[in-house]
Amino acid sequence: MNSSVIVFPGSNCDRDVATALTNLQFKNKMVWHKDSELPKSDLIVIPGGFSYGDYLRSGAIAAKSNILKEVIKAAKSGCLVLGICNGFQILIETGLLQGALLRNKNLKFVSKDINLKIINNENKFCKNYKKNSIINLNIAHNEGNYFTQKDHLKELEDNNLIPFKYCDIEGSINESSNPNGSLNNIAGILNNNKNILGMMPHPERMVNSLISNSNGIELFTSILNK
Amino acid sequence: MIITKEIIDFHGLKLEEYSKIKLLMNREPNYLELGIFSAMWNEHCSYKSSKIHLKKLPVKNKNVIQGPGENAGVIDIGDGDAIVFKIESHNHPSFIEPYQGAATGVGGILRDVFTMGARPIALLNSIHFGDPNNKKTKNLLNGVVSGIGGYGNCIGIPTVAGETKFNSTYNENILVNAMAVGLVNKEKIFYSKAKGVNKAVVYVGSKTGRDGIHGASMASAEFDENSEDKKPTVQVGDPFTEKLLMEACLELMKKDSIISIQDMGAAGLTSSSVEMAYKGGLGIELDLNKIPCREENMSPYEMMLSESQERMLIILEDGKENEARQIFKKWDLDFVVIGKTTDTKNLSLKFKNEVVASIPIEALSSKAPLYDRKWVKKKLDKKRFNLKEHKKIKFDKAFFELISSPNHSNKKWVTEQYDQMVMGDTIERSGADAAIVKIHQKDKAIAITVDSSANYCKSHPLSGGKQIVCESWRNLVSVGAKPIAITNCLNFGNPENPEIMGQFAENILGIKEACEFLDYPVVSGNVSFYNGTNNNNIYPTPVIGGVGLIKNLNKIQNHRLKKIDSQIIIIGKTFGHLDQSAFINELYDIHDGMPPEINLLNEKNNGEMILKLIESENINSVHDISSGGVILALAEMSISSQIGIKIQKPQKTSNIFEYFFGEDQGRYLIEVNKNNLSKVEKKLKDNDIYFENIGITQKEYFEIDKDLKIKVKELYELNNRWYNTFNGLNN
Repeated sequence: MNSSVIVFPGSNCDRDVATALTNLQFKNKMVWHKDSELPKSDLIVIPGGFSYGDYLRSGAIAAKSNILKEVIKAAKSGCLVLGICNGFQILIETGLLQGALLRNKNLKFVSKDINLKIINNENKFCKNYKKNSIINLNIAHNEGNYFTQKDHLKELEDNNLIPFKYCDIEGSINESSNPNGSLNNIAGILNNNKNILGMMPHPERMVNSLISNSNGIELFTSILNK
Repeated sequence: MIITKEIIDFHGLKLEEYSKIKLLMNREPNYLELGIFSAMWNEHCSYKSSKIHLKKLPVKNKNVIQGPGENAGVIDIGDGDAIVFKIESHNHPSFIEPYQGAATGVGGILRDVFTMGARPIALLNSIHFGDPNNKKTKNLLNGVVSGIGGYGNCIGIPTVAGETKFNSTYNENILVNAMAVGLVNKEKIFYSKAKGVNKAVVYVGSKTGRDGIHGASMASAEFDENSEDKKPTVQVGDPFTEKLLMEACLELMKKDSIISIQDMGAAGLTSSSVEMAYKGGLGIELDLNKIPCREENMSPYEMMLSESQERMLIILEDGKENEARQIFKKWDLDFVVIGKTTDTKNLSLKFKNEVVASIPIEALSSKAPLYDRKWVKKKLDKKRFNLKEHKKIKFDKAFFELISSPNHSNKKWVTEQYDQMVMGDTIERSGADAAIVKIHQKDKAIAITVDSSANYCKSHPLSGGKQIVCESWRNLVSVGAKPIAITNCLNFGNPENPEIMGQFAENILGIKEACEFLDYPVVSGNVSFYNGTNNNNIYPTPVIGGVGLIKNLNKIQNHRLKKIDSQIIIIGKTFGHLDQSAFINELYDIHDGMPPEINLLNEKNNGEMILKLIESENINSVHDISSGGVILALAEMSISSQIGIKIQKPQKTSNIFEYFFGEDQGRYLIEVNKNNLSKVEKKLKDNDIYFENIGITQKEYFEIDKDLKIKVKELYELNNRWYNTFNGLNN
């Protein structure tokens, strides 16, 4: 399976996600933001980091870059697109995903391991996870507080477009297990077609139990045998 | 312009230093030249008070590739890999402007590491604040922590370990020390020494602005009530530009274009150009009209003294200009040839077609003043703490108070503001005895730690110096790493005061003795004097950054308890030394007395035994015993694993407080499976290691004899409360 990782000035999780993809047998290419052509890809990853220094607004400038025009085209024709952290912010800025990512509730950068409950696994990114299982991933962001309009929230809930929510170790989804103030503890969302996933947690940081844990692997293997 | 006494004063130079300048120049310097001298001759850049002492430190062994004197130290970790690392202070700027001061401290130390060709793989920090009740502390803490995070998170280097401490000695002069660690191919290390005449001198990175002018001189003087006015001397950082600069430099370093490279740190363009030329025995000629400027009408004086961040100076091989320019263009960075190397051994600056400064390079470097300042030995503090003379306190109450005190509370509030996992190789993070960072795509790792113990160093600088090296060594050993080398950041008061100079001189001797005994050399470092306000000097606070090697990733260890009903053993002898302990510091507010003694022989034997035990996989967990004594170490093991303990106080113990809160050195706690116990005990006996079997692990409760019993969960809450309460957050 062919994957492409988009690299902006200021991306800093590009190497991490490329390492994870390559180790899991993806044929991966790095794509520079000034390029105007995408290599043949089954999966496009927009990695975490501080694209363009997060100036103006997180993801705002990256959303207007050369390569993003191609990413939008590919996404609209059904190619799988995964935006992690800053990548999620960029997808929101392009309009491929709806809603907003606000400053964290306590107005501080937050980096820690959190628990996620798999709410919906009927999509190409999560099908190797068991529904309602709890996984442990790492978050590291300043603007991860997801917000959206009531009717869109209903659409997300009704159409199974929320793959995971922040929870505690026992799986309870409540305010104390919400690290950033996200609406309904939402940690990631899908578009209506379920080919675009934006998520704040970093699955690429949890792919080796010698280092951290391997809870992120199933996300990538789900995509592999889509 | 006539150089008056006021002008000399303003530049932080002494009158006799000015006379020396005239002698070296054979004439009066002009204003620009005086500015350049002040930038190079201040304490921060010249090490004029510290040099003769620093020379005593051991700086070599078979693992050292580069010792002090370069941008950072370099050690060999085998397989063609080398580790580049250094620690540096940014104390003065951080007190004036906490966010930017701390952020640019991180930026500066990162440049020191990637300048040498290394990709940074970890950041650490040691930050010291005043009393939490001091009205400035909360703002400084918040600003510094955000600044450290803001820079490291953005550039994408994990902040993997550090320490945060509070003491009223830092009320008017906080400490912010940042350490960076990088990985480089042993054959591709870059140095700052210029070579060859008529080679292009290239300016890359950000434009030059008016920020940070006189920054280094500011850092070479004490504060007074007008310190606020010094805000314009603090630089403003841009981690995004640094990320681009780092990628561009590392990309260019893959080619064979660079003769030498130097970052523009303290004293900016001045010190970088002078250092490169001096090391190469050359001269340098710069055309200041070519300097990329952020603001209009900048004068040569401002350009030469600006400390704008994210800039580098490169000397290129002939014919490589275009190739190099393309790389910097790709990263949208300035790339301008601003001059050339010469054989004149002179710094020559042109502006508007006129020579505006001409100074012999040696006058700025090797001929800079060097002082053998007067110093006095610290008198021994004979006072000893006697528990019987003080108000009675219950054992459990004392423990609860200590574990919820600012200095011993869980620091998650701090460390969760730092990205610790970016780059995907962090195996152990903050909270561990040492951080462990895997070498990317290889089956080995390094362990890293930063440590300080200012109260020990204050009461007896010689023992304090030894102790802090040993603690660093112990922390690396505790995770299963073989300690290799250290970097040191020596934070002291005013060196013109013989008592302070004595603290420095004796502290260096202590560091030297321990480093030599443990074969743990110093490969880089930084001295920060003049930490104090209005003659109030801080405690002497050397901070040691240690790096160790882990050759086998399956043989690492941590301090988290693993199993119920395993045995807990103390390695090393407990005498019950309470003077200078956290116990009497925090509970009785007593700060007299001698620190615990250091026995280097025991230190080494015990540590080497721990490494053997980890290697043999006969132990479940290890933790070194430091501030707070046995009980704090036990609590940390319990809290991090949610496993309880049941400890019997040894029968011989005369006093339970001395036994559990005493801070005798060279000790570790280990957890051993019962079926391994006889094997481990035999090993310890065979090697003449003193040990005591003190109890077992159990479910749920943290329990010491009949004196203390609490649920681990409640203990965690006690330990976790302070930062949140202090910052007005709900738990």
